[in-house]
Amino acid sequence: MARKKREIAEINAGSMADIAFLLLIFFLVTTTMDIDKGLNRQLPPIEEEPREDEAKIKQKNIFMVVVNANNDLLVEEEYMELSELREAAKTFVDNNGNGKCEVCQGPQDPESSDSPAKAIISISSDRGTSYKTYVTVTNELVAAYNELRNDLADRLWGKQYDPKDPTKYLTEDQIDYLKEIYPQIISEAEPVQIGG
Amino acid sequence: MSHIKKDKTRETPAVSTASLPDIVFMLLFFFMVATTMREVELKVGVSKPQATEVQKLERKDLVTYIYIGEPRNTAQFGTEPRIQLDDQLASVGDVQSFVVLSREDINEAERDQMTVSIKADGEVKMGLISDIKQELRKAQALKINYSTIPVTDRDQMIENNL
Repeated sequence: MARKKREIAEINAGSMADIAFLLLIFFLVTTTMDIDKGLNRQLPPIEEEPREDEAKIKQKNIFMVVVNANNDLLVEEEYMELSELREAAKTFVDNNGNGKCEVCQGPQDPESSDSPAKAIISISSDRGTSYKTYVTVTNELVAAYNELRNDLADRLWGKQYDPKDPTKYLTEDQIDYLKEIYPQIISEAEPVQIGG
Repeated sequence: MSHIKKDKTRETPAVSTASLPDIVFMLLFFFMVATTMREVELKVGVSKPQATEVQKLERKDLVTYIYIGEPRNTAQFGTEPRIQLDDQLASVGDVQSFVVLSREDINEAERDQMTVSIKADGEVKMGLISDIKQELRKAQALKINYSTIPVTDRDQMIENNL
């Protein structure tokens, strides 16, 4: 008896779209496009004994930023608005008091910082300071450094320094150079009760 | 003379839906790749402050999160800002061991690159944040990241953060 060849039934792909839609909707609903962005900072390590060279830092090389419990800003012992902080920090870092930094454009005020490499910005806060003010202050100080680096990159090579993605316009060497001229030295002092 | 026959009725051909599954699959793969399922349920309310100079957190597997904010369940936990580690509320003293433990999960060569992301509510006081920072220093977790909402306009940021 001759058997007919049995044909393999074709799978109906018509419902494929429905299945895919179902999955798609599931992922659409569960998706949280969590873009994690923030300010990167480095904490100082805990040291057993106080550092000896601390006393050697000249007072004029320290840019004191104090935020009190009322979220008021005291910069170099003077009241300041948050919007002025960035410019003040830039002027301080770029001051170039000893004239050794050839690419700096600061006013060379002998009362202000010697060179960008020696300039230290110190933020201190009160226990009652609100976090968002602190973040804003940190942001402004980081912005000051970023703007200085950007200005320098523009002057030297006519290129942009994009802190979000430095290698976009610059080579690794150029970035290292910028960081060497303007190292970011922001010290976060432990909070104290300043009152207020 | 040739006679051109007119079509009886010209039908518009049906649009082929054969490629529909392909299109849908393409979208599906996009969302599958872009999806990060939230691992923890937030027990504290966190409305992050804004900042302009933000950097992306790369390598999510090297990041440990600490949430700080007002508890959602105020009837049970009150309104004082609390710390959330993984999926439970904790106190400042737990931070150090938590960070040390989560560092154990990272493979040895990359442990020094571990970043702790502080996701704190803007209204939290610095006292609590610095206590946590102190704990992180004790745990030798020195790379931190203040999680913020990125904005481009600086004046708007200052206004919203005050």
